Amino acid sequence: MTDSLETARHPETLKRVCIEPLTRVEGHGKVTLLLDDDNRVRQARLHVVEFRGFERFIQGRPYWELPVLVQRLCGICPVSHHLAAAKACDQLVGVDVLTPTAEKVRRLMHLGQVLQSHALNFFHLSSPDLLFGVDDPVAHRNIVGLIQDHPEIAKQGVLLRKFGQEVIRITAGKRVHGTGALPGGINKHVSAQERDLLQADIDQVCNWAEGAVQLMKRIILRNPEYHYRFGAVDANTLSLIRPDGAFELYDGGLRVRGPQGDTLMDHQDCNNYEQLIQEEVKDWSYMKFPFLTQLGPECGWYRVGPLARVNNCDCFHTPLAEQERQDFAAAGEGRPLQAALATHWARLIELLHCAELIRELLADPDLQGTDLRLSGAMRSKGIGVVEAPRGTLFHHYEIDGDGLVTRANLIVSTTNNNQAMNTAIRQVAADYLSGRELTEPLLNQIEVAIRAYDPCLSCATHALGRMPLDIELQDAAGLTLDRLYRHPDGRLGRSPVLDS
Amino acid sequence: MSTTLSLDGRPIPFTPGQTIMDAALAAGIYIPHLCHNPDYAPHGSCRVCMVGVGGRLVSACTTAALDGMTVESNTETIQSTRRSIVQMLFVEGNHVCPACERSGSCQLQAVAYYVGMLSPHFPQFFPQRPVDASHPDFMIDFNRCILCELCVRASRDHDHKRVFAVSGRGLASHLVIDSPSGLLGDSHFAASDRAAQVCPTGAILPKHRGYEQPIGQRLYDQAPISVVGDLRAQPGGE
Repeated sequence: MTDSLETARHPETLKRVCIEPLTRVEGHGKVTLLLDDDNRVRQARLHVVEFRGFERFIQGRPYWELPVLVQRLCGICPVSHHLAAAKACDQLVGVDVLTPTAEKVRRLMHLGQVLQSHALNFFHLSSPDLLFGVDDPVAHRNIVGLIQDHPEIAKQGVLLRKFGQEVIRITAGKRVHGTGALPGGINKHVSAQERDLLQADIDQVCNWAEGAVQLMKRIILRNPEYHYRFGAVDANTLSLIRPDGAFELYDGGLRVRGPQGDTLMDHQDCNNYEQLIQEEVKDWSYMKFPFLTQLGPECGWYRVGPLARVNNCDCFHTPLAEQERQDFAAAGEGRPLQAALATHWARLIELLHCAELIRELLADPDLQGTDLRLSGAMRSKGIGVVEAPRGTLFHHYEIDGDGLVTRANLIVSTTNNNQAMNTAIRQVAADYLSGRELTEPLLNQIEVAIRAYDPCLSCATHALGRMPLDIELQDAAGLTLDRLYRHPDGRLGRSPVLDS
Repeated sequence: MSTTLSLDGRPIPFTPGQTIMDAALAAGIYIPHLCHNPDYAPHGSCRVCMVGVGGRLVSACTTAALDGMTVESNTETIQSTRRSIVQMLFVEGNHVCPACERSGSCQLQAVAYYVGMLSPHFPQFFPQRPVDASHPDFMIDFNRCILCELCVRASRDHDHKRVFAVSGRGLASHLVIDSPSGLLGDSHFAASDRAAQVCPTGAILPKHRGYEQPIGQRLYDQAPISVVGDLRAQPGGE
């Protein structure tokens, strides 16, 4: 039913409601709703209204710049782009296995990234909706309201994020947009002094992370029917997985499960992602729609991110997170949880896992090793895949004999979630908005569903050159004189005098 | 024989034949510059080392020091002029510091900080310039070339090769390479050339290294260029 809300049959007869800008998300986007005379929702779309162009303008740049250049896609999860690009560059310089120090410092950097990003989404962006309710006055439903009413929770959120940023600073040189990872390795290790600095806080961080999971569980149990139903969308799920089926963020094979939890693909080599995944372009959004090749565009769309990862994995290798995962899995009663708001629960279990794993890694003397970088025989193609905070992130580069980029393809987490987010807002629109007089709290429900996916709309619109384009020249009376448009395949077309 | 000039009110000794820049460098006083390198003949092209002498702005690197000369350097008016010059250098090329591996040890960036440049101010030209990575060891990113001609002078005067030259006039001026294809890989350029070491920006860089120097250990991470100086001007300095 909700799929039919993608395109209304007679949009010209419908009222248009636009939620713009979307608030408490990264990047710029909007949602448009088309309503009939009885306020029933006939069309609901999440649009991303910015575009960036990274895939195009890095062509001709030297490959060794990529990890630092491409991370500028994002200010929230730059480390994920930094590491995905570095992993692709590892392949370009012929390095399949890093030194233990390089691998562990990169993993530590990534854990800091996921921890800080998850803390940001839950505490700063989403907890006001969850703690105060979606109908709380908008002037209070924000981080300032949180600081006023729950200062301890707000403080923990800020300090958790700060700790993650400190991990990044120590491993990458800067809290945002550092330079730690190089093709084939890293440029600095973690000194004993830096390790001590992080170890001083890590137990507290683990405690706060555990407290956050319990808080989310209490929120859900306050009204389980609402939280399990809101924005629930049956979806395929895709994520990286360890060889033993355990949770993984940095490296591994791809696993896809169906909506019922049945495994559709397992331990797929990321280097074959182009065979596994294709992207569809729609003329109303700058964000592409990826789908699994074997299932096609109608049924092959999938969800990535915390909900997908926790549903997909067989276990966590850290004890506290594993205990929480078992509670999470039990809540689904034999099926994967599909509710948008369960994403927050999964996100906090991941946050706890990151804290536990950081504690484990900090005790590893390999972090102080001095063997930082390897090199091998150059190759012309490199593919790097990591689990960014928001989900699976693909970087793919090809270079010429001089080392300059000839082709790039990036599929970012938010793009992977495009259809899932659109389906979720259509479900929310149909369930909660249709037929009612629209109010700010009702419209906020749409944003709540989107926030659960923690989209980064800046990351998601990195492509340039193939997005649909439609330019009309109209005279003062609104008559169309000329129209230039670009097809999804990049061909340009022109049709003068469309209407008369 | 030593004589003296006054630089911002401070007496600076010099020997006849020295320029204002020579005298200032010898006295440990920083006058910002980009095209000047004491190993090569003064060029006077970047205009960043403008100082005030007798009510006129002159380039310190090409103006002979004279006994009793009064020179103004560190005044707001002169810094403002230098700032505009550096801003123009930035907008004429494509200087993307956030993604440049020279960032943190780049003389152009360090001078921009020194003169208080907070934004490009002028409209960007966004020229379309290629990257020449045809040489196995070094690449030239023409986007970052400021036409200081240090590579031209180092190749000609030190390496005795004349690999580089500047062609065209005015806005059309651009660096060219002496090879049949015009590519660096087909020239006599070698990684051991002095010309490979003198670029004050990230235009001429070794390949494959990337961001090897961690943040915090780069040339200008700990102190500004007025304190650190331009170590790349010294052979083997960086």
